[in-house]
Amino acid sequence: MSESPLPLRVTDLTVAYQRRPVLWDIDLEIPGGTLTAVIGPNGAGKSTLIKAVLELIPRTSGRVEFFGQPLASARHRVAYVPQRESVDWDFPVTALDVVTMGLYRQVGWFRRVGARQRATATEALAKVGMDSYAHRQISQLSGGQQQRVFLARALAQDAELYLMDEPFAGVDVKTEQAIVAILKELREAGRTVIVVHHDLHTVRSYFDRVALLNMRIIAAGPVGEVFNDENLQRTYGGRLTLLSDAVEAMASRR
Amino acid sequence: MTWTIFDTWIAITGSLVAMSCALLGNFLMLRRMSMMGDAISHTVLPGLVAAFLLTGSRDVLPMFIGAILIGLLTAFLVQAISRYGSLDEGSVMGVVFTTLFALGLLLIVQAADKVDLDPSCVLYGAIELTPIDVRTILGHDIPIAALTNGIMLLVNAIIVVLFYKEFKLTAFDATFARSLGVNSGLMHYLLMSLVAATCVAAFESVGSILVIAMLIVPPACAFLLTRRLSAMIAVSLIVGIASAWGGHAAAVWVPLQLGLDSTSTAGGMATVAGLIFLTVFLLSPRNGLLAQVAGRLLLSLRFARIDLLGQFYRALERGGMELGLERSQLRSMAEAGFWRDPALFVMRLRGEVQTAAGRWRLTPHGELCARRHIRTHRLWESYLAEKAGMAPEKVHPSASRLGYFTQGAIEAELERKAGHSQRDPHDREIPE
Repeated sequence: MSESPLPLRVTDLTVAYQRRPVLWDIDLEIPGGTLTAVIGPNGAGKSTLIKAVLELIPRTSGRVEFFGQPLASARHRVAYVPQRESVDWDFPVTALDVVTMGLYRQVGWFRRVGARQRATATEALAKVGMDSYAHRQISQLSGGQQQRVFLARALAQDAELYLMDEPFAGVDVKTEQAIVAILKELREAGRTVIVVHHDLHTVRSYFDRVALLNMRIIAAGPVGEVFNDENLQRTYGGRLTLLSDAVEAMASRR
Repeated sequence: MTWTIFDTWIAITGSLVAMSCALLGNFLMLRRMSMMGDAISHTVLPGLVAAFLLTGSRDVLPMFIGAILIGLLTAFLVQAISRYGSLDEGSVMGVVFTTLFALGLLLIVQAADKVDLDPSCVLYGAIELTPIDVRTILGHDIPIAALTNGIMLLVNAIIVVLFYKEFKLTAFDATFARSLGVNSGLMHYLLMSLVAATCVAAFESVGSILVIAMLIVPPACAFLLTRRLSAMIAVSLIVGIASAWGGHAAAVWVPLQLGLDSTSTAGGMATVAGLIFLTVFLLSPRNGLLAQVAGRLLLSLRFARIDLLGQFYRALERGGMELGLERSQLRSMAEAGFWRDPALFVMRLRGEVQTAAGRWRLTPHGELCARRHIRTHRLWESYLAEKAGMAPEKVHPSASRLGYFTQGAIEAELERKAGHSQRDPHDREIPE
């Protein structure tokens, strides 16, 4: 019997902004039921990787498969948590409205959100400890609470693979603990989670796999095997100088 | 002169225009693209002229198609140029719409003898004349302008209702929408097409200035007043209707009562809308300027009151309070300075102080309040010195500031953390 296909397989992925490559020939395989941290210095292309994988920005080349299928046929199995700063929190909607947005695919075109979706959304809010804030307008929530609302929206989608862009950025301790607990619950339930992360101190305690990224995948695998000084040095210590120089030259010759 | 059926029709037509614009304007505003309405309402001009020159007729259909195409072109150009030219969208909109609008003017002047499109009419409209041009439907004479704009409103309403979720989602979080497979770009261009079509429908009656006003002002009022998108839309529609009726009354009826000539209804509508916005901006309970100012005044008063309570209590501690304090003895502290007298007035109303022969003293009730505030203040001082490791001589200002805001749950927590202290870091007794 053949093994079930990987939740995410990235092959030869290259992404360029106006001919300037930001991700260079990325190969990445994420096994099911794991928590993976994507780490790397600022500008290493961590968010870009997530966005390119989800076809939110155009990719120059490469192939991405979700559960052995292209994104179009696996969309319902994948959930995305964007960076909190990417939206306007003064928008006139409640926390519950935002979480319900995760269910719009399920509701379908031309239909209105029903009682069933609202119940699912309330449940998701309860999982992140935000059910008592369901009817608050989102501008009245703290940063950590807003982040938990975003997480609840993804949980409502009931996906098998979660891609989260910096969910720990600028949140309070309580929120960080709540998010970690949820990540671990997801793993217990056999789900797969990929998190763009910036705090090296917590990698070991929060995650079981890590991908070190700096334009290229420097190393990827179980934390115990690849999260070591040598790889960190290669990721954070100086950019890949020759490659960066070449990239600059390409960008300036337009 | 009295209000006639003509005036009613003008106000109805104005309301229909205002509603169909305001409805779309909500989504433009939430996408931070209000000025796109401005741009498109100008660029439809060359679209109309081109449609006329190509078909040689002023039929409705070619006009709408021409406008929608040029509206889409505007949206596309703005997006493409700002992306590839690294320019901000506002500047690009300015470049695109002025150029296209100017092109439209050139075309009109060039074809002046063939086209009966008047540039000034495009800008200001002629809503006063709309009731003359009627069509009889089911035995009623209905102005064509009311009919056109009524149908436009209906079309806008149907599309907004059908795609309500998608408009809401793509306006709030376009990236997430795309991750769900919702085509944000498609929703964007659908909205732009509706804006362009609405501009054409509204043009003849009210002109582009009013279209822009109605696209932007009612949603802006509604945004300040509401917290839910559905409520925002409802309020924006009401503001639109109020502007139309109020605007026509202000332009025609009011001047005549005052013995003046009537003025432009479109101008009246936009002005009334602006006045409604000003009122909302000043009075809105949540974000209104007055609410903010009032909130700050009340806070200053509270600070001053707490400072004064503290001074009375300290005087009591030192002794010599038997005769009460003179007003001048109540030190003008930084916060209390200007607020000393108003705060004393409030404290007398609350029965915390009494005055006799120009001297002020605490009532028993006031003493209780003062004791409580001093306790909070000194507990904070102990807490800051012991738990937060601040130097004892530096804790006073911080404790004062914290004391202003210590109530309820925080007060209970402070009692729990520092309530055991008997004396503060300056070795003064902490009252029970």
